[in-house]
Amino acid sequence: MNIYTDIFLTFAKIGSFTIGGGYAMVQMMEKEVVDKKHWLDHEEFMDTLVVAQSTPGLFAIDMASHIGLKLKGVTGGIVGALATALPSIVAILLIAIFFQTFKDNIYVEKIFMGVRPCVVALILAPCFGMAKKAKLNKFNWWIPVVAAVLISALGVSPIWCILATGIGGFIWGKLKD
Amino acid sequence: MIFLELFYVFSKIGIFNFGGGYAMLSLIQDEVVNKHHWMTINEFTDIVAISQSTPGPIGINCATYTGYTAVIHAGYPTWAAVLGAVLASLSVIWLPFILMISVSKYLIKHHDSKIVTSVFATLRPVIVGLIAAAAIMLMSKENFGDPSESPFVFVLSIVIFLFAFVGTRLFKVHPIIMILLCGLAGLLIY
Repeated sequence: MNIYTDIFLTFAKIGSFTIGGGYAMVQMMEKEVVDKKHWLDHEEFMDTLVVAQSTPGLFAIDMASHIGLKLKGVTGGIVGALATALPSIVAILLIAIFFQTFKDNIYVEKIFMGVRPCVVALILAPCFGMAKKAKLNKFNWWIPVVAAVLISALGVSPIWCILATGIGGFIWGKLKD
Repeated sequence: MIFLELFYVFSKIGIFNFGGGYAMLSLIQDEVVNKHHWMTINEFTDIVAISQSTPGPIGINCATYTGYTAVIHAGYPTWAAVLGAVLASLSVIWLPFILMISVSKYLIKHHDSKIVTSVFATLRPVIVGLIAAAAIMLMSKENFGDPSESPFVFVLSIVIFLFAFVGTRLFKVHPIIMILLCGLAGLLIY
């Protein structure tokens, strides 16, 4: 398959099944681009997460741009970003045009009552695998715990956590030299 | 000119969106409902609900729907509204895209530099915390049901949650299959 077609189809698929925000697609994207396609290794994938989280814009699209760029330069990035957005645009347009009462449909609501808890599990599941790949040990285990508490309990923006940790990492790197 | 306004407003929303779709909702509401009157607060609430249950990033969903509705309300035909929807969606993407590409290019080039390696080694653990926080914040009444109001829904939601967690984590079920299974379960049980 042509690499652009491959990029397009992969990200269109990820975009189609991203329900409930960008984090829900982390696990799916990892499965597709790391395990299946081997476009990145696990560490590179996590680095991409960091970059996507610390730049403005939609998380899923930032991820797709970066991975597309890595594979095929700017054109690859554009293909990845557009492919991620396309299923969403088409779905909403169809709803806007034809199904103004979509959300009131009882069957749709039933389906989503089942899907919502599943989405939360899909977000949580990759954390455990990532903890291993991030080389968590007795010296740095507190970093993710503090970050999770700050964000979920105290409403701190993830940006500050990333900035603070990044600066910490920079100083630590300098000190070790 | 409605199209220029859509382009300007959604470019602004795109570039000021740090930290994911949910963070941008208040910004969109301010622009779309309070400042430009493109839709009512009720219509906005509806679009948020639709966004949560349709595929794709929530910011794109909002942009598409707002673009369509705003152009229709301005008295244009459907085809113009479709153009407005596509324009609004692309407006959200383009500025962050350019920024992301620049940052990515730099990082790919300097991937092996000592300082980049050291910064990323510290950042990887924090990402684990960020994702855990996102999951914790979604463990809400809206997603799991209220235990006092509807204990059946709440218990069943917990079961679905555990099923999905164990299925994807231990048995490596593909997330797409998992979403379809849980959707089917909801349809059959409720």
